[in-house]
Parts: sequence; C-alpha cells; structure tokens
Amino acid sequence: MLFYSFFKSLVGKEVVIELKNDLSIAGILQSVDQYLNVKLTDVQVLDPEKYPHIQSVTSAFVRGSVIRYIQLPPDDVDTQLLQEATRKEITQPRKE
Amino acid sequence: MAQVLDAYVNKSVNVVTADGRIIIGTLRGFDQAINIILDDSHERVFSSTDGVEQVLLGLYIIRGDNVALIGEIDEEVDKNIDFSRIRADALPLAKT
Repeated sequence: MLFYSFFKSLVGKEVVIELKNDLSIAGILQSVDQYLNVKLTDVQVLDPEKYPHIQSVTSAFVRGSVIRYIQLPPDDVDTQLLQEATRKEITQPRKE
Repeated sequence: MAQVLDAYVNKSVNVVTADGRIIIGTLRGFDQAINIILDDSHERVFSSTDGVEQVLLGLYIIRGDNVALIGEIDEEVDKNIDFSRIRADALPLAKT
C-alpha cells in the first residue's frame, strides 16, 4: 500500500514508464491502483521510429505486472520521506 | 481499478499483448484481472521488410495475464497513418 500511496501523490506529474518489453512511454500520471496498474495521458513513445506500433494512442492503461521501471521527476520525490516510510513499513506488524 | 478502464468501454483501443502483438478492437468489457472483451478486432502485424499487415479476428477475449498495455486510439491520427510505409520489427516479448 505504501507505493500505491506514493504514486497517488504523483498524479499529474510527468513520468516515463519502461515496460518489460523494452518499450518506454512518457506521459502524465492520471491514476494508479492497488496493483500499481498505471493510467497515463498525453502518451508519447520515447523512440517512435523504433516503436511506431502505438502511434495513434493518446491515453493508455499499463498493467502493473508488465512495468519494469517508472522514471520520476527528482524534484517531485522526497527520498528522505520515502526512506523513513519504508523503514516504518518493515517494523510495523503487517495486516495479513 | 474497475473505474480506470470504464473510460475506454465502447471505444477503439490498441492492445499490446505480452507476446508482442498489437490488437485493435472495440473494448466491450473487462474485469479485475484485466481479462478483456474486444469486438471487431484485428491484429496489426509489423514487419521490417514489408508494410503493416492487418489480420481480421472478430470477437476476442484476451486473458488479463497476457495484456501489457491498453491504449485509447485517436481515430483522426489513426486514419492519417500510411501503414504501407511503416517498417518496424515486431515488439519484443515482455520478459519477466
């Protein structure tokens, strides 16, 4: 749930998603869910010459399971806060 | 998550599958696992030597496991693409 909350705080920011099939897509984070499925608007493929396959796509839903990386704008990420939050996650009893 | 794909129902979508295929169709339904129903679907086969080939499929159910990305197609942009000129390799597989 921690990273779900983290990504919710990044809605509206521009991110780049690298998929496991090597496709990299830039876009504005519109929404995220508990599976870290991501919805982007203003979608642009980073290498459109190599990957013309989704030229006419402007908004996309990306399945969480297929995401390798999500590149974030450094100014929008408070790494200190994130470190503390992740540390707390480990020490807290997990709700299973 | 159900809320996320609602916006695409009855719209023309471009589905990228985990095995690297591109399937275009009208999204009729989906579920939590992202199993989807695509109506009037066709596959766009890209080749580095010949132009794009379209293979008619009809009514399809795609299992969620195999879905990588679902993109909303901008019909105007799509109409203006000259597929006979596009040369590209097939998308790689989504390697887990």
